Amino acid sequence: MRDALSLRGNHALLTRANPLAKFTAVTLITLVLALSIDWVSASVALAFELLLLPLAGLTLALLWQRGWPLILAAALGGWSTAILAPDAGSVLVDAGIWSISAGSLQLGIGFMLRGLAIALPAVLLMSCTDPTDLADALAQNAKLPHRFVLGTLAAMRLVGIMAEQWQTIGMARRARGVGSSGNPYQRFRATLGQSFGLLVQAIRSASRLAVTMEARGFGGAARTWARPSTFSGLDAWVLLGGLGIAAAAAAAALGAGTWNLVFLTHQ
Amino acid sequence: MRSSPGVRPAAVTARGWGWRHAGRPRPAVSGLDLDIQPGERVLLLGPSGAGKSTLLHALAGVLGDGAAGASGAAGDAEDADETGSLLIDGAPPRAQRGRAGLVQQDPETQVVLSRLGDDVAFGAENLAVPAAEIWPRVREALDDVGLGRLPLDHPTSALSGGQKQRLALAGILAMRPGLLLLDEPTANLDPAGVLEVRDAVGRCLDKTGATLVVVEHRVGVWKDLVDRIVVLQPGSATDSAGLNSAVLIDGPPDRVLAEARDMLIGAGVWVPGYVPATRTRRPARDAGQLLLAAEGLAVSRERPRRAGLRDGFRTIAPRPVQAGVSVQVRTGEALTITGPNGAGKSTLALTLAGLLRPVAGTVSAAPALSGGASGHARGRSAGHSPGHIGGGAGTDPYRWKAQQLIARIGTVFQEPEHQFVTGRVLDELMFGPRHLGYGEDRVDELLERLRLTELVDANPYTLSGGEKRRLSVATVLAAHPQVLVLDEPTFGQDANTWAELASFLSELLDAGTAVVSVTHDAEFSAVLGGTELRLRPRETAAAAPGPELELPEGASP
Repeated sequence: MRDALSLRGNHALLTRANPLAKFTAVTLITLVLALSIDWVSASVALAFELLLLPLAGLTLALLWQRGWPLILAAALGGWSTAILAPDAGSVLVDAGIWSISAGSLQLGIGFMLRGLAIALPAVLLMSCTDPTDLADALAQNAKLPHRFVLGTLAAMRLVGIMAEQWQTIGMARRARGVGSSGNPYQRFRATLGQSFGLLVQAIRSASRLAVTMEARGFGGAARTWARPSTFSGLDAWVLLGGLGIAAAAAAAALGAGTWNLVFLTHQ
Repeated sequence: MRSSPGVRPAAVTARGWGWRHAGRPRPAVSGLDLDIQPGERVLLLGPSGAGKSTLLHALAGVLGDGAAGASGAAGDAEDADETGSLLIDGAPPRAQRGRAGLVQQDPETQVVLSRLGDDVAFGAENLAVPAAEIWPRVREALDDVGLGRLPLDHPTSALSGGQKQRLALAGILAMRPGLLLLDEPTANLDPAGVLEVRDAVGRCLDKTGATLVVVEHRVGVWKDLVDRIVVLQPGSATDSAGLNSAVLIDGPPDRVLAEARDMLIGAGVWVPGYVPATRTRRPARDAGQLLLAAEGLAVSRERPRRAGLRDGFRTIAPRPVQAGVSVQVRTGEALTITGPNGAGKSTLALTLAGLLRPVAGTVSAAPALSGGASGHARGRSAGHSPGHIGGGAGTDPYRWKAQQLIARIGTVFQEPEHQFVTGRVLDELMFGPRHLGYGEDRVDELLERLRLTELVDANPYTLSGGEKRRLSVATVLAAHPQVLVLDEPTFGQDANTWAELASFLSELLDAGTAVVSVTHDAEFSAVLGGTELRLRPRETAAAAPGPELELPEGASP
């Protein structure tokens, strides 16, 4: 759990790119895809993104492991669009209250592909970006206040500790006779008590961590960075790549005549 | 070995210094006069409440809720209040960031960042050390504390407690402080970890010549490393008279230990060569009755997981930290679980206690434990165990309802605060008996026996470490369990609490309770007697049935 975000062992090309460049590239692709519901732009972007998997050190199996909730959500979204959207063209399946027609199927597939194409870059980004490096880039390159960025980064470590504490407190309370069984009200109360215990421990940990950080001089005005966050030629390629995928997706959709601006949609 | 450039040992001067924490009626420290010369190594002793940690925090410049100059200008009881002066090299600590470095007790919150090298660099970065100079400092500091062989991107979460404390020390050393402040740095560590940290501190001091102030009640660990012992007395003892000094005794270790031996022992300090007197156990007449039996037990804190789509969503058992354990728990007999860190001692104890589900094998309760009527339990309420005639339960403790469990197996966790469920000591003790429908007669007995009578109205969270420990033992015993499981009950305890606890448990054993304890404390297990179950480290012990499963490191202490 605590090491879920760790990048150890991943030496893929994109791990060496600047997190801010990757973040910008992902934002570009997401923006373009958010503009239009059509299957052409989404599938072009998706195809390019799948080609990029090895560069981020991902395989299809790893992708499923880390991104399955997003993938399932996209598939579900597509399915419900297909059965619920107004019918157009020939009806393929008719089951009374819901039906799938050629038009609604197309819309559903477009919806699903778009969901995948938007979710995938985020999974890619997190798979090849260490949170510490992201914080460095946000503070040094994007000039966000370092107190805020580093404070958040240190707090994220505590989240992992809290997951362990939740389990321990649950057992410790069972050992006091507070069961998590019974009717829903009793279970709710037990969970509430456990949350309170966790809250107390979280505050303890946070204040100890704050003392640790303060004792190491954190919070002063001047600060140097042992890991300078710099841009390289690779980052130009990352930005170009992001721009290229976004442009290719939009151009393909425009060329195929499926470009369909969300805010101009009318039935 | 080349000496670190730029380390200038610091001098400490206190003149009539005192500190009252916000919202407290009495000062934690008052009237402190103390001079520490550059390069001196001082062990700070005193009973709990003598303000030792307060002094260290003040020297580290972290006192005062982050508000600089909160020195009681308003004179409000809600605000913290500082009197006199406390200076490092003639200037207030707050004005000199990085001049002093502090290592605290809890290893988990000493780590700031997730990669080893980054964490060490953190302090130097904050002091605006030029970037080119930081990495040589980081490598040197890691070498000095004996972590130099680990790669700089080693995950800090995979370190043991002793390694985390040495990492914290390295983070301080990279700041090149003139004053090292250690606040019970080894209280949460096993014996091997204690020596690791102590030796690392010794090496660093020899190299840099920095001044040291260490607070620790195990004198034996630090005696040979320090050249002065200062004993403080509580601020409350000094302010009424206004004449007494906060410093009770001050001098070279051998002289202080010779002159003040009895006083230190009385204050619960672990004086070298002294094992507190404890009650001796009655020799057992015959073998105890079987209560719990574990067969081929494999344990883990991880829950079973579902495999992905490709593996057909089958259940994957977690990789056990310890496997193939068979052991019996009998009335009136002590079982001590020992072994190195990470061997799964606590995990095994929690599984025996019915709190974790075994990965493989079984824990089964004998009829003497699972049945309703037992030697010293009376009036077990049937109302809370519907479906079980006469309050009897099944043989698997993990499947028992919480109330069935606590009436049979009581577990005392390492951190007492995890088990507090009310806001008042008395309610805390009544909690178990009330829910089980027991009488409250045993509560008074426990209050008396564990010296909690004075504290019945206090909030459990505000008690001292020793009081919390005594309360946590009392609350669990109030439910009359026949088996008592304790996880590192003596960690960080002073000698007085230690002796009370050991004597009390030996009484319980003689009265027929079974005691299972996880401990590194050989003297403690000697008092309890019984059998020892020594676990091997996980590399050699764990079988690996789960093929692609990764376990997070450091999941168990």
